[in-house]
Amino acid sequence: MFKSFARSQGLRAGVLSACILALVLVLWHLATAPVAAPQYADPEYARLMGGKGQTSSGLPSLPQMGTAIWKHLSNPFYDNGPNDKGIGIQVGYSIGRVLLGFLLAAAVAIPLGFVIGMSPLLFRALNPFIQVLKPISPLAWMPLALYTIKDSTISSIFVIFICSIWPMLINTAHGVASVRRDWLNVARTLEVGRVRTALRVVLPAAAPTILTGMRISMGIAWLVIVAAEMLVGGTGIGYFVWNEWNNLSLTNVIFAILMIGVVGMLLDLVFGLLTRLVSYQE
Amino acid sequence: MSAFLQVDNLRKVFPSQRGGAPLTVFDEVNFTIEQGEFACIIGHSGCGKSTILNVLAGLDEASSGYVIMDGREVRGPSLDRGVVFQGHALMPWLSAERNVAFAVQSRWPQYDARKVKAVCDQYLGMVGLSGSEHKRPSELSGGMKQRVGIARAFAIEPKMLLLDEPFGALDALTRGVIQEELLKICAQTRQTVFMITHDVDEAILLADKILLMTNGPDARIAEVVVNTMPRSRNRQTLHKDPQFYRIRNHLVDFLVNRSKTFRDEPPAGFDPRNLPYLTPGLDPAQAPGAGALAGAAA
Ligand SMILES: Nc1ncnc2c1ncn2[C@@H]1O[C@H](COP(=O)(O)OP(=O)(O)OP(=O)(O)O)[C@@H](O)[C@H]1O
Ligand SMILES: [Mg+2]
Repeated sequence: MFKSFARSQGLRAGVLSACILALVLVLWHLATAPVAAPQYADPEYARLMGGKGQTSSGLPSLPQMGTAIWKHLSNPFYDNGPNDKGIGIQVGYSIGRVLLGFLLAAAVAIPLGFVIGMSPLLFRALNPFIQVLKPISPLAWMPLALYTIKDSTISSIFVIFICSIWPMLINTAHGVASVRRDWLNVARTLEVGRVRTALRVVLPAAAPTILTGMRISMGIAWLVIVAAEMLVGGTGIGYFVWNEWNNLSLTNVIFAILMIGVVGMLLDLVFGLLTRLVSYQE
Repeated sequence: MSAFLQVDNLRKVFPSQRGGAPLTVFDEVNFTIEQGEFACIIGHSGCGKSTILNVLAGLDEASSGYVIMDGREVRGPSLDRGVVFQGHALMPWLSAERNVAFAVQSRWPQYDARKVKAVCDQYLGMVGLSGSEHKRPSELSGGMKQRVGIARAFAIEPKMLLLDEPFGALDALTRGVIQEELLKICAQTRQTVFMITHDVDEAILLADKILLMTNGPDARIAEVVVNTMPRSRNRQTLHKDPQFYRIRNHLVDFLVNRSKTFRDEPPAGFDPRNLPYLTPGLDPAQAPGAGALAGAAA
């Protein structure tokens, strides 16, 4: 009975979502519809407010938006030089940087978090550093990175690295430190070695917490990459947004915003699935 | 010849916390358990039973004194001692079978998958869980979880089994069923067992001898009550034996009246290194509380 209720609620939520989307589209349409016959008393004023064929607000109309989306998505991988690349290529660059920085961070943060979590001494010794480094906006590292690394792509990867390391480090350490004593005692009474205990007991016990940390890190990394690419330029979805803003193409900017949202959602979805895979119910 | 398990002058002191005095949980704890014997320890909450069990398991260290099992001093945990934990301590991400398999693989790393599975099947079958092997702990009832814990402890074929209130969280019905299973398995395998319980009836059903512990802090083991009822006892016939009430009255009297005052006013000639072995089941005169309780009830 509960199941059918849940299903009907899911259905109702879906219908409601569709309604909200329709409402937004209608409002957008109303706000951007070409004003067919502006009833201004003063023709001079009417001319000032915009002539025929233009939208009243400067935003693209729905059909314009639709054509732009279709144009971008139907040919996502073309490459006509530095300032004109398909959206697929730009997003690909961004995802590539995010994944690289993120994986490097995971390679450092998860083993280090493991060690910190196992050793209360190290936890206490490193905690002040973590607490100071964690709240620094990752973009604040950018000048330092550009100065020392002297390569804009590597610098943006470094920024991703530095912003995604903290949630993973803290969650791993926390997850490892709070593994139930009972489980560790089971391993001890079975004379299980340290490495096997770490892999067979601590890792699965802490996995949900670790993956939650990875999910948070990925979310932050995707937020940061857009800003980083706006700063360093060249390629990527962030650069695309900045470039289209300079071209005064709001249509493309809005399209890019939608893309950023959708890709971010998909990345989060992947980590949500992974978390589900390793989570357990006590 | 010395006993299978020998506990010699055990003492545990926890260091002071927040400036308080150090806490002596128990002192001068001496007892022995013979091979194949089932010993229960009874005492009020907080007197240090779990601490003793943890020392026997090697999970905790005594402040002084030592434990010798099978001719060797206990220093750290060992596969020779299987532990059933108070809160079952199953790993929730593993199925019942994988939980047991984890223990089996630790005991016999050379076993291949087929052999491991055979051992798991055998012990899960022994506790009546055939058919539930692939369920996760969250899909098992409390009693089933506890049984997986018991199967896991038995599966490594330890020389001795340590059980910390294994049935504390179970309802009376399930408890009875598992008690009987445990009794049967222990009789079959001639397992040596040390078990903590709060339940007087459970102790009389299961134990060959019952260690009585005084209240903490600074607790002692006061005496050993020998269960003189035949080993073929079971839940149905237990209450029909007149010995049952004599033993029960003795235990209850100790818990209710004597456990508080025992340490400060020990009976004349009390020697913690040479505990009195009492047989109240055979001899009502040895149960000082029996008359008093019976009188109070009348
Ligand atoms: N790690 C510790 N640090 C300080 N004191 C402790 C510690 N562990 C246990 N104690 C104290 O030791 C005493 C005995 O604890 P223990 O868990 O052995 O009692 P118990 O007899 O098993 O009680 P219960 O029947 O409630 O399980 C308690 O007073 C407890 O507060
Ligand atoms: Mg206890």
